[in-house]
Amino acid sequence: MKYLKTEIAVGFFVLAGIIAAVVLSLKVAGLVLNSDSDVYTLHAKFDNIGSLKLRAPVKIGGVLVGRVSAIRLDPKNMTPVVDMEIQASCDKLSSESRASIQTAGIIGEQYISITPGFYDEDAGTTYLKNGDYFEDTGSALVLEDLIGKFLYSAGSSSKKDDGKDGAEAQK
Amino acid sequence: MADFLGFLGRYFLKRVAALGRSFLMMVNALCARPDFKRHSILLVREIYFIGVQSVIIIIVSGLFIGMVLGLQGFNILKDFMATGSLGTLVALAIIRELGPVVAALLYAGRAGSALTAEIGQLKASEQLSAMEMMAADPLHRVIAPRFWAGVISLPVLSLLFTLVGIYGGKFVGVDWLGLDDGIFWSAMQGSVDLLDDLVPMVVKSVVFAIVCTWIALFNGYDCRPTSAGISAATTATVVQSSLAVLGLDFVLTALMF
Repeated sequence: MKYLKTEIAVGFFVLAGIIAAVVLSLKVAGLVLNSDSDVYTLHAKFDNIGSLKLRAPVKIGGVLVGRVSAIRLDPKNMTPVVDMEIQASCDKLSSESRASIQTAGIIGEQYISITPGFYDEDAGTTYLKNGDYFEDTGSALVLEDLIGKFLYSAGSSSKKDDGKDGAEAQK
Repeated sequence: MADFLGFLGRYFLKRVAALGRSFLMMVNALCARPDFKRHSILLVREIYFIGVQSVIIIIVSGLFIGMVLGLQGFNILKDFMATGSLGTLVALAIIRELGPVVAALLYAGRAGSALTAEIGQLKASEQLSAMEMMAADPLHRVIAPRFWAGVISLPVLSLLFTLVGIYGGKFVGVDWLGLDDGIFWSAMQGSVDLLDDLVPMVVKSVVFAIVCTWIALFNGYDCRPTSAGISAATTATVVQSSLAVLGLDFVLTALMF
């Protein structure tokens, strides 16, 4: 079948548009196609989640293993609950593992860091399954609180000994 | 005073009447039994005219806008030791605002004015009336394929503009100024989201396409059938489309982001 030159040019144009859309979603937006197929969900209660956002990364030792899927408030005791989807391939997390909210850099995005705990059947630890809660959690470090504490302690220690404070800073 | 009120009232009524005529034109053009066999070749020809022939200007402007953003962004981010965020800056600026808006402005200037002039000329030389005499509705044969061609073409052009612009920023930041390739892309991927950024971008450009094409077609269809009328209609198309795009962009940004 013979096509007009116009039709071929339009076909090329539309194809270029489709390719642009695919490249934009894969390369620029970093879309991963097989993302939600094999994950399991874990929950963690925190005192304060800081500015943790949906789809924030969940990492073990810096390696991305999942994402935050929901952030809500437990209506009974008014504590924030974070749901995270963890890749099914990393299912050997013991119930002693610790989930803490950390910050990438000083003003970077917040993410959840999981520190794997020991596993010993005699001590009664189990592997975390779908829907389990982390027992041990660490809340977000709120920069304003930290500065407040620092100013408080700096103010009290400088009253005691100005020279010592300077020497410590030198170290 | 009465003169002024009368003038204002007549102007307002004229505008409202034009708005009504433009709605009627669109409804009559689009609400028809689709005839794919006969109209698809018209559609293809119009997409070629509106879309394919605009590719060069879109790609060149996208490339240069991305390169300028990369250069300016790099010089400013350098002061804050944050050149790693250059990818984020370029990608978000182009995807959220510059891509759809600049592509729509170029489209209004390149294709919209041409549509108005073409339809205005058809009207001035009474070819639209001739079509009606031959029982071929000019709304279905002339207006509808051009409208659909515009609605299909502008989103594609915006996507091309965005892609080329981001690669222009990458060209300046990574290949020329020596930023690390991996940091550029990973910072971008960390902050650009498919549903939060790319889908609103396509929605924006579909809205701009509808508005710009509509304005262009109506100005041509409704112009005074003289050469002065055609020239006034072409100017009106460019001015009205540009203002509509910039105004709607603010509204859409406020609604979606």
